[in-house]
Amino acid sequence: MSAQGHGYYLPAPSHWPIVGSGALLGLALGATLLIHGVAGGGWLLAAGAALLVWMLFGWFGTVIRENERGLFNLRVDASYRWGMGWFIFSEVMFFAAFFGALFYTRTISVPDLASADQQLLWPGYAGGWPTSGPGLEDPFTPMAAWGIPALNTLILLSSGATVTWAHWGLKRGRRRQLILGLALTLALGAAFLGLQAYEYRHAYSELGLTLGAGVYGATFFMLTGFHGLHVTVGAILLAVMLARALAGHFTPERHFAFEAASWYWHFVDVVWLGLFVFVYWL
Amino acid sequence: MQATHAPEHGHGPPGGLMRWVTTTNHKDIGTLYLWFAGVMFFVAGSMAMLIRAELFQPGLQLVQPEVFNQLTTLHGLIMIFGVIMPAFTGFANWQVPLMIGAPDMAFPRMNNWSFWLLPVAAAFLVGSTLLPGGAVAGGWTMYPPLFIQGGISYDLTIFAVHIMGASSIMGAINIITTILNMRAPGMGMMKLPLFVWTWLITAFLLIAVMPVLAGAVTMLLTDRNFGTHFFDAAGGGDPVLFQHVFWFFGHPEVYILILPAFGIISTILPTFARKPLFGYASMVYATASIAILSFLVWAHHMFTVGLPAGAQLFFMYATMLIAVPTGVKVFNWVATLWRGSMTFETPMLFAVAFVCLFTIGGFSGLVLAMAPVDIQLHDTYYVVAHFHYVLVSGALFSIYAGVYYWLPKWTGHMYDERLGRWHFWLSAISFNVLFFPQHFLGLAGMPRRIPDYALQFADFNRISSIGGFVFGASQILLLIVIVKCIRGGARAEARAWEGAQGLEWTVPSPAPYHTFLEPDVAERHLSPPLPQAGGPPSGDEGRGEGYAPELR
Ligand SMILES: [Cu+2]
Repeated sequence: MSAQGHGYYLPAPSHWPIVGSGALLGLALGATLLIHGVAGGGWLLAAGAALLVWMLFGWFGTVIRENERGLFNLRVDASYRWGMGWFIFSEVMFFAAFFGALFYTRTISVPDLASADQQLLWPGYAGGWPTSGPGLEDPFTPMAAWGIPALNTLILLSSGATVTWAHWGLKRGRRRQLILGLALTLALGAAFLGLQAYEYRHAYSELGLTLGAGVYGATFFMLTGFHGLHVTVGAILLAVMLARALAGHFTPERHFAFEAASWYWHFVDVVWLGLFVFVYWL
Repeated sequence: MQATHAPEHGHGPPGGLMRWVTTTNHKDIGTLYLWFAGVMFFVAGSMAMLIRAELFQPGLQLVQPEVFNQLTTLHGLIMIFGVIMPAFTGFANWQVPLMIGAPDMAFPRMNNWSFWLLPVAAAFLVGSTLLPGGAVAGGWTMYPPLFIQGGISYDLTIFAVHIMGASSIMGAINIITTILNMRAPGMGMMKLPLFVWTWLITAFLLIAVMPVLAGAVTMLLTDRNFGTHFFDAAGGGDPVLFQHVFWFFGHPEVYILILPAFGIISTILPTFARKPLFGYASMVYATASIAILSFLVWAHHMFTVGLPAGAQLFFMYATMLIAVPTGVKVFNWVATLWRGSMTFETPMLFAVAFVCLFTIGGFSGLVLAMAPVDIQLHDTYYVVAHFHYVLVSGALFSIYAGVYYWLPKWTGHMYDERLGRWHFWLSAISFNVLFFPQHFLGLAGMPRRIPDYALQFADFNRISSIGGFVFGASQILLLIVIVKCIRGGARAEARAWEGAQGLEWTVPSPAPYHTFLEPDVAERHLSPPLPQAGGPPSGDEGRGEGYAPELR
């Protein structure tokens, strides 16, 4: 490691960050205008999204090319490990905010609304969970845990196993095992997302369970929705890894991009366990 | 792999505007952060001037109440997210690589993005004043249900907070990785300059709480636009839930705003006292304790929302506990000055003023931590006085101290010491005229965020406003000093201050565009003991297994 420590790769000036800022400007302003029904909002949003995709391709493409040219020494590799680890920690805290909201409403705000203190304001409200609160009329059926959600738990846990199996293949130089493992993981991820989409449709069309179904619907869709978004991002990361594996990237010793994607996938997996227990089951 | 390679763009910066837009150089990006903070300081400062002008006498003179609310809200949001945080991040960009002997930040391109997201967020906040319904006016704390009811600028503010959060998280990941992974050989953790330590812990706080704020405003967004009931009792939600989530972010946030200040002061006092910092290790542990405790005290902002008595007691005692590590720090600063051969150049003046005035802010914080007292003082000018003592004479004075201290390193010139002293004395005196009477206003019951007030508050408000105008005008002096210093002045030596210690003073002034490309350059300078510890620190003590792989 001695010689490599001296050559920390410093990239040349780059236009990708400012493209990214333009993308977020378009996305945020476009979304705001769209929400408020201002003409052109949707177009601005789409332009922002297109810029973002271009930026992600360009930026990550640059990083991958630099890496393939052997510009990153072990010190750079260590930076990426720290960076990815702290990024996942920030994601954990993001989910913590929504889990906190769920625990707070279940243990504090709903029991309080049903307490004797509140009977003047909300007469006859019995509380309990699930609930759409004391002031909403629409009845809904909560999502049962032991149908699709249990199946999805099984799917996501198996996908954690297949991605680890792919990693073993990579570390032992068995490229076919790597590719097969990644493809299996992706298939399982897609199955999960498909079932989740079906569950959402079922919730809206038959159960009357919507975003507006009181605090149960709000926490249900916020937590599962953001988790589904993270599964999507994780699947995109794994798809890039599959493409890179097919292109002959990675060596048994140096393949942190793959490890980062699999860290992310395992993180998404663990969050799901929390969701299954606290959103669906208990 | 070759033993060294210079950055692909050689040793000089590319020219023109694109240099600043595309730069991946930590010094360029640090400069951008500092100028951005400076510009936003004058924007949010003018809002403060308008607020003080309106409050100069009772009745409504200059602005309508809705506009007044927009002014207080934007003043708070911009000063926190657009001035103090970017200024400290600017210092981190400039100084952390120089102080630890790193060639640059760990992720130079992401560093650029962290900065260039800020103008987008600032444009949303400032630009929303022109939108129908005006800018956001619900207070910087964004409490529902008021915040749910606002117009289009409220959604823009939510997205601005998202974008600033992304910027802060990326900046924090960069700083934390740089400190853990890019230290020169021999720079063990317990040899780190204290400014680097405080930023390490600040970065950890940022990564832990900025996502929580993002979650809180996301729930506001869906409650506003997509029919959720997180903060609506009719649907089983609770507006108080927002306050819990917000202040879980908000209290660590105040340490994000002050820990880097502690680091700057701990750098400057030893230089001008010509003595090593007293109690280096205890400073590190005190900083870490403050950070840990900061996660356990958030509901001291909520003593009036109807928490159970047990919760009030817990949060009251936990809050008071923070006075212990903070007291350790103040004690160490005073002990550093004790029998030092002190001189009082402008950085030292601001640093000493920091120690005195921040401590006053800390004491009024202790007063507010007492639940029964807070129930009287909540949402009064006492609170306004308290947080301006910790944020203006605390965070902002430390930024001034740091700017004067490192200007010679940044520009290669000494600043105008006479003007600097004028800036200090005018600021320090007018600051107290501005904010000290607000304690009395608060004790007498004047509520904050109200454009009009009862006649008995008129005298102190007039004094406060006069102080405010002098304070605001004095800050133009700072701008003059900086511009003069950039354009010329006495040449600064590498070690611009006689008593200055640390790696950044071993490189020429102004610091070359690239520094420490060769880690052993840093190592040569590290062989004499660094001044932070009480004695010469031994070897790699404190450098845990989990940290960076060895360079050698
Ligand atoms: Cu607090």
